[in-house]
Amino acid sequence: MAKYPTEPLQSWGKAKELREKYYRNYATAHEKGGIRWTGGAWSFDAIPAGLGDDVYPITGEPYAAAMAFNKPFSLRALEAAEAKGWARDLCAYMRNYWGSMYLDEYAFGGKYPKPDFAFQDHICCSHAKWYQHVAEYKNIPFFCIDVSVGPYNELNEDRLMFVVNQMHESIDFLEKATGRDYNDELLIEAVKNECRSTSAWAATCTLNKAVPAPLDEKSMYSLYVLLTLNKHDKEIADYCEELRDEIQDRVDRGIAAVANERCRVMSDTQPPWGFLKIFRYLESFGAVSIGSLYTFGLEGIWEDKPDGTWGPRTTPMEKGEEITTRDQALRVLADWNLSKPEWQHFYDADLKSKMMLRIVKEWGLDGVMLHMNRGCEGLSCGIAENRLAIAEYGVPVMTFEGNMGDEREFDESKTQDRIDAFMETLELEQIQE
Amino acid sequence: MITAGMDLGSKTVKIVILKDGEVIARSKLLSGFEQEVTASDAMTEALKQAGIKAEQLQRIVATGAGRKFAPFAHDRVTDVGSAARGGLERLPSARTVLDVGAEEGRAILVTENGKVKDFAVNEKCAAGSGTFIESMSRALELKLEEFGPLSLESDKPVPMNAQCAVFAESEVVSLLHARTPKQDIVRSVHDAIASRIVAMARRISIEDDVIVIGGMAYNVGFIDSLKNAIGKEIMLPDYPEFVPAEGAAWIAIDKFESAGGA
Repeated sequence: MAKYPTEPLQSWGKAKELREKYYRNYATAHEKGGIRWTGGAWSFDAIPAGLGDDVYPITGEPYAAAMAFNKPFSLRALEAAEAKGWARDLCAYMRNYWGSMYLDEYAFGGKYPKPDFAFQDHICCSHAKWYQHVAEYKNIPFFCIDVSVGPYNELNEDRLMFVVNQMHESIDFLEKATGRDYNDELLIEAVKNECRSTSAWAATCTLNKAVPAPLDEKSMYSLYVLLTLNKHDKEIADYCEELRDEIQDRVDRGIAAVANERCRVMSDTQPPWGFLKIFRYLESFGAVSIGSLYTFGLEGIWEDKPDGTWGPRTTPMEKGEEITTRDQALRVLADWNLSKPEWQHFYDADLKSKMMLRIVKEWGLDGVMLHMNRGCEGLSCGIAENRLAIAEYGVPVMTFEGNMGDEREFDESKTQDRIDAFMETLELEQIQE
Repeated sequence: MITAGMDLGSKTVKIVILKDGEVIARSKLLSGFEQEVTASDAMTEALKQAGIKAEQLQRIVATGAGRKFAPFAHDRVTDVGSAARGGLERLPSARTVLDVGAEEGRAILVTENGKVKDFAVNEKCAAGSGTFIESMSRALELKLEEFGPLSLESDKPVPMNAQCAVFAESEVVSLLHARTPKQDIVRSVHDAIASRIVAMARRISIEDDVIVIGGMAYNVGFIDSLKNAIGKEIMLPDYPEFVPAEGAAWIAIDKFESAGGA
């Protein structure tokens, strides 16, 4: 007998449609005289939006994650990257993406659609080099913004302007690279959309504080990905608000993601994308992963609320602030992105531990599962210190080794074994249906 | 009450039968490729030793890497759970159980009431397991049983790669070419494994008392290196490789009782 009622997400189909449309639009952009560009999910994608309504990005990480789910294609791509001499311990997303480019195959059919330019920022040591290589290999223009100004709690005017000034320069680059005139109105609209989508996603994650959790992390991956694709897009922003409202309705009606929820955990970093079934395995014990700093804070933008809890950052529009100029839009965009949680710890592992403990407390967790992700040195950096901090707080922690995008470094049966042992420590047995 | 614990390990299958809390049989066979068949054979052997029939076993619990395929088992428990329970039965004051077997090394922190508080496993690496010793004994052309005692004769251990069994093997060959005495090389191998196991255990902390179980506990050279690395006294039980199977048999008693004796 199920403990809680559950039902499918009403907006699930729409999320799937938006994702399919995104990859189709990118591939067919040139057929309609449009522009296509490449960069990371961390790039300031609202800026190229000022080039017109027919500008379509492809962001490398979600593209590579989709590839990782397609194991035969991913393996061929990884081997193609290795055949070029790249080491196996480089970013697994980057190697998948490059492999797709070398093979000249698009994960969604046809040839790899050559981008018109690359637009990125120095979020980690892999990201800038990733698109520099794409630009060199495909002979396309490339612009990269240096965001190394320190964590948000140390941000000052000089540091902010260091980023904003580069954003201004990037608009000159975009005009030269494409031969188009830049439209500030489109930029302002894109920045507003990005604030809406990322704040709404944080609100959705906040709703997972409820017991039972209305969302499980495996499903969250399929939803948050829309923001990694096109967070500045109006349709995505509208969808994020629709999703938030639907999740609020689920909370109001007590609808659970996992009907037998009796244990709440969180994960960390990107999951092994080819093996998301480990989350379903967890559920067989009545354990729901309510998210992670990764799913919450890679695209969600957060702030401290007056009651001391963590919640969605108030948008400039909600504050009644008008955005009317290019400079104003870029300042908002820079400040908004520099407050992104899943980035602060590149400067200090302790910042991440504090955010993780905050999730443990506010979301009422019983345990934490840390993915020692060999595929991403950026997000795995400091994870051993995070483990210690959580264990010292008194919450059970398990670790498992793997790779987000290279299945050769993930052992499914060993990981299941590890989960079994972790569930035993939490005194949970598999629920017999 | 009569219960059995089956440990389907990567190298051997071990079975322990308990009668009213006393061990009445222990059997062990090489796992081979058909672990289910081996488990059946090992059970036949254990029943023969115990002088009982299969129907007299009131509960059977399986553990080990192959537990999901164990025949006869009523319940299954992880290696961590069985090692913790077995270790605590052997040494009630134990708070740290180090289980070093053929495939894996693991460190487990247990509470006084037998709960697993934390654990760490030496994953994807042979350099912290018995397999490493086997590989090194081949490289040094020594019998496995000679390896431990020879280590104690060393008076000048040499530094060795503690990170990778593959690289360590080529390092051993280089040391042999450099006319390094075998006992010093053997000592270095044990020091390297002990260092790795202790580093893993320190991730979760090492609390007194410490018990070492698993087949590697028979290796006097490794144990000596481990004592030095850990800086503490460690307890070595009899039949250390049977402790997880014994733990599973104890868990079988719990399961039987919690099911109301059914």
